Amino acid sequence: MAKKPVQFRLNGDEKAAFVDDGQNLLDVLRRGVGDLTPKYGCGQGTCGTCTVLIDGEPRLSCLTLAETVDGHAVTTVAGLADGATLHPLQDAFMCHFAAQCGYCTPGMLIAAKALLDRNPRPTREDVVEAISGNICRCTGYEAIINAILDAANAASGSSYARG
Amino acid sequence: MPVRVETYAGLDEAAGALAANSAARFFAGGTLLMRAINEANPSFDTLIRATDPALKEIRLEGDAIVVGAACTMNEIMAHRELAFLAPVARGIGGPAVRSAATIGGNLFAWSPFGEMTTALLALGATIRFAGHGGQVAIDEFLSNRDRYRGQIVRSVSVPRISDPSAFRFLKVTRVKPKGAALISIAVRIGRPGSGETRIAFNNMNPVPTRALAAEQALQGGSLDEASVSRAASLATDGMNPPTDALASDWYRREVAPVHLKRVLLGRT
Ligand SMILES: Cc1cc2nc3c(=O)[nH]c(=O)nc-3n(C[C@H](O)[C@H](O)[C@H](O)COP(=O)(O)OP(=O)(O)OC[C@H]3O[C@@H](n4cnc5c(N)ncnc54)[C@H](O)[C@@H]3O)c2cc1C
Ligand code: FES
Ligand code: FES
Repeated sequence: MAKKPVQFRLNGDEKAAFVDDGQNLLDVLRRGVGDLTPKYGCGQGTCGTCTVLIDGEPRLSCLTLAETVDGHAVTTVAGLADGATLHPLQDAFMCHFAAQCGYCTPGMLIAAKALLDRNPRPTREDVVEAISGNICRCTGYEAIINAILDAANAASGSSYARG
Repeated sequence: MPVRVETYAGLDEAAGALAANSAARFFAGGTLLMRAINEANPSFDTLIRATDPALKEIRLEGDAIVVGAACTMNEIMAHRELAFLAPVARGIGGPAVRSAATIGGNLFAWSPFGEMTTALLALGATIRFAGHGGQVAIDEFLSNRDRYRGQIVRSVSVPRISDPSAFRFLKVTRVKPKGAALISIAVRIGRPGSGETRIAFNNMNPVPTRALAAEQALQGGSLDEASVSRAASLATDGMNPPTDALASDWYRREVAPVHLKRVLLGRT
């Protein structure tokens, strides 16, 4: 079966890959272009750990046909930090012990970024809603919710807008 | 089994390609089709895509709103004229599902999914097909859904709702805030003395179904306690609910009338 060429911007960098018919974006990110930050949890859309942004919108990369990102922008957790400086959400996750095994963390961070980009002053309900497609079996969500609210509070003074 | 993906710019060409291969599926948001591929056991060998902008249009047409089949739940939530459908769209999956899941794909979603379709059934929507497929009422579409699999839905024509209280929707879940529906209920309230009230259930039959006996009990349009109780007592007539991981058929039969009564009395 012929491979199809796909070009997209990954965290600001141009990437090109040859994809198979029916191949999902998560597979192309992890095996094709070597970004291991989005994780494979279920392949069913139910765990959210593969969440990425496509043109700023949260999408499940395991359910995204890879060839459909041709010409689009993809953001993963690898694109959040600014060099050695963590993104405010990453900082807050560390301060609040919002990761234990850390498997759900990339998806949680991206879901949170999608929320704060659209709504920098979310309520607790907004945060719960924003991560409602992401499953964590370790922290029990409270620490994660607090971290996201804290990042939003910290940023309403200054830095969130970055990244 | 490997899957072929064919992409067409025009809807008519895509409709021709789909009609020519019974093992092909039209690909929209992919939230259900990619699941099947990831399970490595799809019942199809070809995916047909179309990039035609007609699939994305939302426009007014007389007393109806025409919604392109590839409009996502997020796009529906963002559109002012479709505000009455926003609570339905908002209940479908988490944010990352809603940015991919389309209204056209929802028409073919299997139990326990299909909230948007349930709402469209209560509203009396019309399904329009690409190519020479014409259009059918959603009631006819759902009663013969497998027959329409070989055609591409181009758009859904939804009657406009000017009085927001005339349309009511309830998704009953065990897992908050987002879980698959145990049942969902959509009601289009008729005008007192004239218009018929339409009641649709999801997960009470293999496809979204109208509760015709309950509707009959509300003829005349009055929603007083006595008529509503009579309608609720008939809610499960003709229903054959599934037993699945969420609930038994017995449980669904028990709770459906209770929730319907609350929806009709505005006590949700
Ligand atoms: C985690 C998760 C949670 C979900 N939660 C819900 C929920 O709460 N409620 C709910 O109702 N659904 C839910 N769904 C199911 C699904 O996302 C939606 O039903 C969605 O609307 C399906 O649309 P799609 O565009 O992704 O369909 P696709 O996967 O692209 O297609 C699904 C089917 O529809 C057919 N199809 C799609 N578009 C057309 C068209 N224009 N013409 C002809 N055939 C077409 C396809 O051929 C295929 O058979 C969930 C799914 C996931 C993965
Ligand atoms: S791996 Fe994509 S949602 Fe679980
Ligand atoms: S930290 Fe382990 S799954 Fe969330």
